Amino acid sequence: MSTPTPPQAAPVPMQQQAPAQWQGAPAATYTSPIPIRSTHLGHALASEWTKIRSVRSTMWTLSVMFVLVLGIGLLTAIGFSSSSYAEIPLLSGGLFGLMLGQICIVTLGVLVITSEYGTGMIRTTMTACPARGRVLAAKAIVFFSLSFVMTLVATTLTALMQSAMLGGQSPGEFTTLPEESIVNGEVIATTSEWVDATVGASLYVALLGLLALAIGAILRHSAGAITTMLAVILLPMLLALFMQMESLRDLQEALVEYSPLNGLATLYQLPFMGDEGSGSGWGLLGILACVTVGALVGAFALTHKRDV
Amino acid sequence: MIEAVGLTKRYGAKTAVYNLSFQVRPGAVTGFLGPNGSGKSTTMRMILGLDNPTAGHVTIAGHPYRKLPNAPRQVGALLDAKAVHGGRHARNHLLCLAQLSGIPARRVDEVLGVVGLQDVAKKRSKGFSLGMGQRLGIAAALLGDPQVLLFDEPVNGLDPEGILWVRNLMKALAAEGRTVFVSSHLMSEMALTADHLIVIGRGQLLADMSVRDFISANSADFARVRTPDTEPAAREKLSAALTEAGGHVLPEADGALRVTGLALPRISDLAHDSDVRLWELSPHQASLEEAYMRMTQGAVDYRSTIDQKAGLQQQLPPPQAQFQAPVPGQGQPGWYAPPPPQQGGQPFGMPQGAPVQPGAPVQPGAPAPQGAPVHNPYAQPADVPAAPVAAPPAPTAAPPAAPAPAAAPDLTKSENNENGAAR
Repeated sequence: MSTPTPPQAAPVPMQQQAPAQWQGAPAATYTSPIPIRSTHLGHALASEWTKIRSVRSTMWTLSVMFVLVLGIGLLTAIGFSSSSYAEIPLLSGGLFGLMLGQICIVTLGVLVITSEYGTGMIRTTMTACPARGRVLAAKAIVFFSLSFVMTLVATTLTALMQSAMLGGQSPGEFTTLPEESIVNGEVIATTSEWVDATVGASLYVALLGLLALAIGAILRHSAGAITTMLAVILLPMLLALFMQMESLRDLQEALVEYSPLNGLATLYQLPFMGDEGSGSGWGLLGILACVTVGALVGAFALTHKRDV
Repeated sequence: MIEAVGLTKRYGAKTAVYNLSFQVRPGAVTGFLGPNGSGKSTTMRMILGLDNPTAGHVTIAGHPYRKLPNAPRQVGALLDAKAVHGGRHARNHLLCLAQLSGIPARRVDEVLGVVGLQDVAKKRSKGFSLGMGQRLGIAAALLGDPQVLLFDEPVNGLDPEGILWVRNLMKALAAEGRTVFVSSHLMSEMALTADHLIVIGRGQLLADMSVRDFISANSADFARVRTPDTEPAAREKLSAALTEAGGHVLPEADGALRVTGLALPRISDLAHDSDVRLWELSPHQASLEEAYMRMTQGAVDYRSTIDQKAGLQQQLPPPQAQFQAPVPGQGQPGWYAPPPPQQGGQPFGMPQGAPVQPGAPVQPGAPAPQGAPVHNPYAQPADVPAAPVAAPPAPTAAPPAAPAPAAAPDLTKSENNENGAAR
């Protein structure tokens, strides 16, 4: 044996003594003085909140997201402010930072679940709460709320920055901006543009993160899930780039229109393709929500059925 | 009370646990023993509802784990010391588990004190040693102050003080009327801790009995008798006398005799009667470890083989030489001792002159003392490519390069080599 034991003589007398000693132990079973309450989703939510705030990956991914969204937003605003004509809608500069920032949210979404599988913590968690669906639901709710609030703060700050720095610009001579965005010869942002660029964009990114969490719960592997999510976000655009043949035109357009990047761009009034006139990305957001719910249902079913 | 009935788990073609039925009762420490890979951890996971059994079922207090109301308040488990997120510090790890089962947060500080981790409560568990990890795992198991406790290899990585602490903790928990189920592959540890044993091998139940029954059922006490090594005849004589008196005599590898079925005074009397002097007469009790080894030897999945270093070692002396130099007074069997040193022997019979002379690599400069050719499979591949190139210069080049005492075997070998090349 690898672990040292006290003197070699000890085992023999102990073996013979021990049973006699312990058979006399009280036969009555033990009852804990700590009151036993029935548990519910609220307990799981508190637990998941403790978990998500007590690891560094949360701090890191959210900090990087803030730096990217605000930093690139600022650089964009500085770049556009040198021109006296507005080249894009007032709040659209926030898109470029958020396109990178969403990767952080997606990474965090994957890590929230796969880090438990990777470390084995999931077995401890599932032992402490055999209702596996409750654990997954609590994770989804806590992560979605956190990422939505954080993204909302970042996008709102960026939108305010854009509006403050570019507010005085006049529309160019051949502007394609809608009429309601031009007041007294200055470019402004309408209420719906404000909502799209803050609440809409944050909801979109948080949903993408939730989809990442569901994929993470299905694949149970950090690298695999992050790669899958990056492919979901980037591949449609990349594939479309190489589909220049006439016969594939329809497929190319569909790929661009329904790519997650286009959904975000549409919310910022800069669609790559598709419903340019309507200028609303809420349709694509609805599609993303449906896909996410589908993935979550799959994740729930698998988590319930599989061995941990 | 844990009750398993016909528990079976298959992973693809491999059956990890087969038709396992047992009961674990409250008020005692029940040891769960088996060699590596015998299905202990799989069984533990099935008890905790983490893995679904392929067949059969297991219940705790009459309910399957996943149907237990507030399970962590009734069952605490340490499965794997490293089953924590390393980036989270110890207190938060326990806090999130406490919150999950509605346990007040001050209980976290209590269990941290119980396992002695209060000073590192705010340290990330990534930096914990295996022993500290075990303590953290035990803290998590104790968190709910449960009636049933499961520990999978709890003493792994603990220092002697920690092992003693775990041992006493288990006993104290059982004495309070709790059900304590501890798995281990260390029989010696279980001998000190457990009251009852469940032994499995290759996923099947081998024994389910109290520690005392286990020892008496699986071991036999014996006496070691050693006669003077200088008188082999005396050994034969005593052996015959003991057998005649109804004893069972087994020769041991170092020349002693293992006698069962006779009391020590009787052996002494018999020796006296047959006029044989004794150098040793000692009582031996088979330990729990031996009983366990005997029971599980057919069920060990991972068994090491002897590192033969085939062809790398000089030939051992003939087997008769083994009994020539026993050490009187040393009762321990000698078969673990290294082989006696050999004169002129090289630990590794690799060709010494190989890089210098292409004709010579066939045989090292120092041949075996017996003069027998040393069979060295590792040297063979080197000869084959060397031979065609070396064939023409060999007759002239080899003799001067070879050391004088080894000239003769060298020549015969290089001739062989030439023959091989000519074919």
